Amino acid sequence: MSDKAKSIASKKTSGQDERLKEVSKLRLLLNRPELGAVGGAILVFIFFGIVAGDTGMFSAYGTLNFLDVSANLGIIAIAAAMLMIGGEFDLSIGSMIGFAGICIAIPAIYWGWPLWVSIIFAFAMAVLVGYFNGILVVRTGLPSFIVTLAMLFILRGATLAITRLITGRTQVPGLRVLIENDPIAWMFATDTFKWLFTWLGSMNLIALRTDGTPLATGIPPSVIWFIAATLFATWILMKTRYGNWIFASGGDKNGATNVGVPVGRVKISLFIGTAVAATIFATIQVLDAGSADTMRGNLKELEAIAAAVVGGCLLTGGYGSAIGAAFGALIFGTVSMGIFYTDVDTDWFKVFLGAMMLIAVVFNNYIRKRVTESK
Amino acid sequence: MTENLIEFNNISKFFGKVIALKDVTMKLKKGEIMCLLGDNGAGKSTLIKTLAGVHKPDEGEIVIEGKKTIFDSPKDALDMGIGTVYQDLALVPLMSVTRNFFMGREPLKGPPFLKTFDIEKANQIAAERMGQIGIDVRDPSQAVGTMSGGERQCLAISRAIYFGAKVLVLDEPTSALGVHQASMVLKYVVKAASQGLAVILITHNVHHAYPVGNSFTVLNRGKSLGTFNKKDISREELLGMMAGGEELDKLEVELEEMNRLNS
Repeated sequence: MSDKAKSIASKKTSGQDERLKEVSKLRLLLNRPELGAVGGAILVFIFFGIVAGDTGMFSAYGTLNFLDVSANLGIIAIAAAMLMIGGEFDLSIGSMIGFAGICIAIPAIYWGWPLWVSIIFAFAMAVLVGYFNGILVVRTGLPSFIVTLAMLFILRGATLAITRLITGRTQVPGLRVLIENDPIAWMFATDTFKWLFTWLGSMNLIALRTDGTPLATGIPPSVIWFIAATLFATWILMKTRYGNWIFASGGDKNGATNVGVPVGRVKISLFIGTAVAATIFATIQVLDAGSADTMRGNLKELEAIAAAVVGGCLLTGGYGSAIGAAFGALIFGTVSMGIFYTDVDTDWFKVFLGAMMLIAVVFNNYIRKRVTESK
Repeated sequence: MTENLIEFNNISKFFGKVIALKDVTMKLKKGEIMCLLGDNGAGKSTLIKTLAGVHKPDEGEIVIEGKKTIFDSPKDALDMGIGTVYQDLALVPLMSVTRNFFMGREPLKGPPFLKTFDIEKANQIAAERMGQIGIDVRDPSQAVGTMSGGERQCLAISRAIYFGAKVLVLDEPTSALGVHQASMVLKYVVKAASQGLAVILITHNVHHAYPVGNSFTVLNRGKSLGTFNKKDISREELLGMMAGGEELDKLEVELEEMNRLNS
């Protein structure tokens, strides 16, 4: 103790306060969970800028292409990240995407429901599935890994069985005609900022089709949802009481309970969050493709978790950020699309994905040690 | 005679066939420090959890300021002014001092339905409160994982007091600490009591309990051996009453025997 007092005193008298402060600011930055993902994303952009800078990857059309892929993954990755910060996993995200898809398509096509009712129905089912996941994990105390793995199979199986029972096949097409004039569907199916692209096209700043309309017609809805989700999740985590409860629930369940945090409710709401995010993903994709497929979203849960981990979420909970997960998704989206513009065989994408995750986990582990042990 | 701030009358708690607590009675006044002594397995943990609203007592009643009360949840107990500081302190090492200080009770600002966590105010209060007990928090957004054991203990106690604890329940606050840090924590406990709090100090360390306690309740195998005022009982008698006492005597005798044989 007296040593510490001395060292503090010497710091104060040595007149090096400014320098010390700068170091601590740098350290503060180093301790941010999203640092790795932001750095990784910059590296990825530099890499493709050099390798594929003149291929059209970074044209308006190319950019929207990889942003669209990143955004779709990002929507579920952010929800997965929040759940991971809250100390749990959801492996049923991918199956929920397929399930939500047919929850929209079958009522709309086979039962004659208006599209918007079907969409609301899908979200209601998502809340139900998420609640069920959450209550099972909270009540039984079983690892969410197991509970949601079971849900992965149940939902995928039910999706396939129900679809084949009702339609006799595994795809449900014919949704595109229903989108027009629907009071809700536009939220998931409309490109925005069209005027901007038309204007850019008229100024010959972006590539045009032969008929004179721009190749890139507008910002896809996924990107808007993605940005909104990132902002919303970050606001919740950093600025609200509920956000503090999420960190506390994942950081130390017992401690949080003991000071009055409703850990069970927090976790259940986060499971609902991942299921709802999966349904947003599904709605956008189903309306974009005009059809639902029982296999849609296959393995997406793992990509979402990977993006969250690259984004700085600890597998043990209590630490991470939504912005990190967003950048994690951006890295994956950019590489998965960018690889087409290079000479590299696309088979290598998954090798990259795995390597990226490994590096991220090692890096995160190091960061956690810094945060908890440095003095 | 002043009124008791809190009374636990004939509290019992059973887990299946196991009798964890039987007929435990404790009464505390304002400004009083009562030490709850007992060896491992005496039922201290169960009693703490019952005080904190984690367990509901199967028999007996809790009376706060003359009113009979039932705690449905830990939050209930908190709202009634029972501030419990657990051995694990309920601190999350990965979270900042501020976020820990206000965990579960974050100050809010802004319009209804859009209320946000007032971090600036929280930072300021956390730094101020830590400063009052002589802990210089250079940066309230630093992770709790970087603090020493004594500092963490004081943070947890300070948090309980800030949130209106009238009765402070401290679970083994000094067990993991060195001599200097333990005395820092005990000094803070005495200071808290002198400001009008009732303190229940749970420990198995008589040497830490005796200097600060006004009264002593000894638990043994789920039962209370009675409550004693400081003037009525000596440190040695207390030690003897805990299950460890006899055994320590035996150990002493055996050691003397060994010494004699060796010499």
